[in-house]
Amino acid sequence: MQFLRNIFDNLRPNFEKGGKFEKYYKGFEAMETFAFTPGHTAHKGAHIRDAIDLKRTMFLVVIALVPSLLFGMWNTGHQYYLSIGELTGLGEGFMEKFIFGAIRVLPIVVVSYAVGLGIEFAIAIKNNHSVNEGYLVSGMLIPLVLPSEIPLWMVAVATAFAVVIGKEVFGGTGMNILNPALTARAFLFFAYPTKMSGNMVWIPQESGVAGVDGYTGETLLSQAYNAPAGSEFGNVAYDAAGQQFGSLADTMWASFWGWIPGSIGETSTFAILLGAAILIFTGIGSWRIMLSFLVGGLTMSLIFNAWGANAFMSVHPLQQLMMGSFMFGMVFMATDPVSAAQTTMGKWIYGFLAGFLGIMIRVFNPAYPEGIMMAILFMNVMAPLIDHYVVEVNINRRLKRAKVAA
Amino acid sequence: MPKNVRIRKGADIKLVGAAERVKGEAPFPSSFAIKPTDFHGLTPKMVVKEGAEVKAGSVIFFDKDNEHVKFTSPVSGEIAEIVRGEKRKILEVRIVPDQDQKFEQFDVSDLSSAEKVKAALMSSGMWPMLKQRPYDVMANPHLKPKAIFISAFDSAPLGPDYDFILHGQQEAFQKGLDALAKLTDGKVHLTTRGGSAADATFTQAKGVEHNTITGPHPAGNVGIQIHHIDPINKGDIVWTISAQNVALMGKFLLTGKVDLKKTIALAGSEVEKPRYISTWVGASMKSIVEGQITAGDNRIISGNVLTGDKTYMEGYLGFYDDVVTVIPEGNEPQFMGWLAPNFHKFSLSKSYFSWLNPGKKYKLNTNMNGEDRAFVVSGQYEAVIPMDIYPVQLIKSIMTNDLDKMENLGIYEVIPEDLALCEYACTSKINVQSILRDGLDLAKKELG
Repeated sequence: MQFLRNIFDNLRPNFEKGGKFEKYYKGFEAMETFAFTPGHTAHKGAHIRDAIDLKRTMFLVVIALVPSLLFGMWNTGHQYYLSIGELTGLGEGFMEKFIFGAIRVLPIVVVSYAVGLGIEFAIAIKNNHSVNEGYLVSGMLIPLVLPSEIPLWMVAVATAFAVVIGKEVFGGTGMNILNPALTARAFLFFAYPTKMSGNMVWIPQESGVAGVDGYTGETLLSQAYNAPAGSEFGNVAYDAAGQQFGSLADTMWASFWGWIPGSIGETSTFAILLGAAILIFTGIGSWRIMLSFLVGGLTMSLIFNAWGANAFMSVHPLQQLMMGSFMFGMVFMATDPVSAAQTTMGKWIYGFLAGFLGIMIRVFNPAYPEGIMMAILFMNVMAPLIDHYVVEVNINRRLKRAKVAA
Repeated sequence: MPKNVRIRKGADIKLVGAAERVKGEAPFPSSFAIKPTDFHGLTPKMVVKEGAEVKAGSVIFFDKDNEHVKFTSPVSGEIAEIVRGEKRKILEVRIVPDQDQKFEQFDVSDLSSAEKVKAALMSSGMWPMLKQRPYDVMANPHLKPKAIFISAFDSAPLGPDYDFILHGQQEAFQKGLDALAKLTDGKVHLTTRGGSAADATFTQAKGVEHNTITGPHPAGNVGIQIHHIDPINKGDIVWTISAQNVALMGKFLLTGKVDLKKTIALAGSEVEKPRYISTWVGASMKSIVEGQITAGDNRIISGNVLTGDKTYMEGYLGFYDDVVTVIPEGNEPQFMGWLAPNFHKFSLSKSYFSWLNPGKKYKLNTNMNGEDRAFVVSGQYEAVIPMDIYPVQLIKSIMTNDLDKMENLGIYEVIPEDLALCEYACTSKINVQSILRDGLDLAKKELG
């Protein structure tokens, strides 16, 4: 790697003080530290430092997202072929489906990274601060929560909005209040609702290719929402080709593996759980938030089950959790350490409420059968308040101790 | 009531180069120094000039805020040089020792009251061995602490083993304890490591409260022990002193002579034969490490790897330090270091592979392993601090100069060494110890 080292060493004077491109130094630094972990040594405080840094942390989250991404590519193809009535078997045409999906999905990923990183670099250079690695994850999260039919320019606009309004106005990664990826999704949802909801956005379409009879493109959530009163949703649900799953077990099976319509990376509970395993094992994602989020969602689902006013409320709790963006939100969105609660007790409360409210909004929402995004964004806003009260308890305990001693 | 504390949070960082329990002699140093910078917040007033002859125990300078607190020479010799830094701040007073050591004789016959003990300790330069919390400064002799705490072990990576160092020094140690007991109306707490037999010097000490604490580093930090045994509340004063300094103090009170010969650990992966050696307070680093360490670019630390001071071959042993650690510098960039498997690196997280081999000892260098960032990851600090305290919130309150918050969040209870593991573990490479030091200085200035 000496030749690369030499390139950086030769370029460096241009970017240093007095160099031709002095003001682009932070951009150069970002590239250089990406290629070479710098030889900075500890001068103050501890002389040895843990091997972990933010690059490694963010990289591991991206790794955890890879199963969802790969599955999403295949599923995008699979849903398309189902809708046109070809290669409808799960095992059929693996490569065709994967390649079709990759062609649909990769441009979204590329646009997300290009726009997001472009803005991050520009702002870092302008404000003369280091480029933070946080966007490596946001840039992957944004495509995975979007429908595959989203126009690329919308991805670009949403990404720009998320990076500038969601993050940079607060001072960049570490200072933001809202999860940037969810900010992007929320922006699209409110700005272009027809591209983010309804039946036509989840399944890729090709001009001139007609769908099969009975094809509607409805997601399971939308079916649950529209299920006639008294029907057992799990038994009447159908797939993109209009084929009924037939039983609750089959519906749950499909939801668990994820060969159902939905946002690119959100359909497969299995792929998401693989990611969760990586995050929990490495300690990068908070298992406390995930667990309490799950318990919160389960609690609300059970309350709805007991209430049972309509078919959506009566959906089996596990089915309820495996539909829509619940699992993805739980593992990748709610656990964003910056926008989540930061105290241990706060994490339990935050996760529980996010899951609880997520299912509540999903079922009560009159316009659109999903609420996880709203619930997490709402809890992002509430997280500092939760932390405040948790810390307040500690402060009061200390004051009380002082009084007892005195 | 003696307490037996068990802590679970914390971390033992296993390093190559632990000192073997054998004692060698360092050559007699050709130079000594006493450094005002070792005593945080001290403004020294010089008493001697360059060229003056001094004996071991002769006053070199005193504390401008309290003229009775003297700082004395560890050896007899000649003041060779007064090294000054910016704004003529005194950094080091260098002394070239005589071949034959001459000692000042102090009167230690009457130690019947706190005032007499204080007078003896202050005039002889032994007083600064006592440190005070809150704020981590030298003890103020006008105050009366609610308790005095001594930790009988050091749990830091490659920390010295006081059971070995103080073996056979029972008499001096006990004399020191007896004197300390006079300085407080409360208790003198001596805390040993739970689950292992401490040396008789500690177990047979009288007139103290024997506590134990079990668990990983920072169990040996006196701050953690105070927190669990008798925590510092607003307005409380607690004094602490290292176990070896108790014995040095005791030796002085037995003989009336300032004899600062002590045993330190020489440790670290770059030390050829890590072991214990006899040397003196203020000894030149050269006398300790020359010929003992590998060639190459090394970091010489007076103290341990987490809290020690960076020094050089031309430097001197810190006043409070009982260990010198030598590790390699880490100033080589690494290609895609964040991506590489890095089996030689250690991480408390499982993002590297060190979890595969929990018993392995590491040869760590001084590389930061990353760049400074804003706080992103949460929960890391809490995992290594066995205290009922919110370290991240405390550090943030210091960054924003919010004194009320600092007070409420417990700044009285911590000193930089207690949060050193946070600094080690931090993904964002935040210099926790120096931030906390700034906070302590601000709090001391504003709140007194």
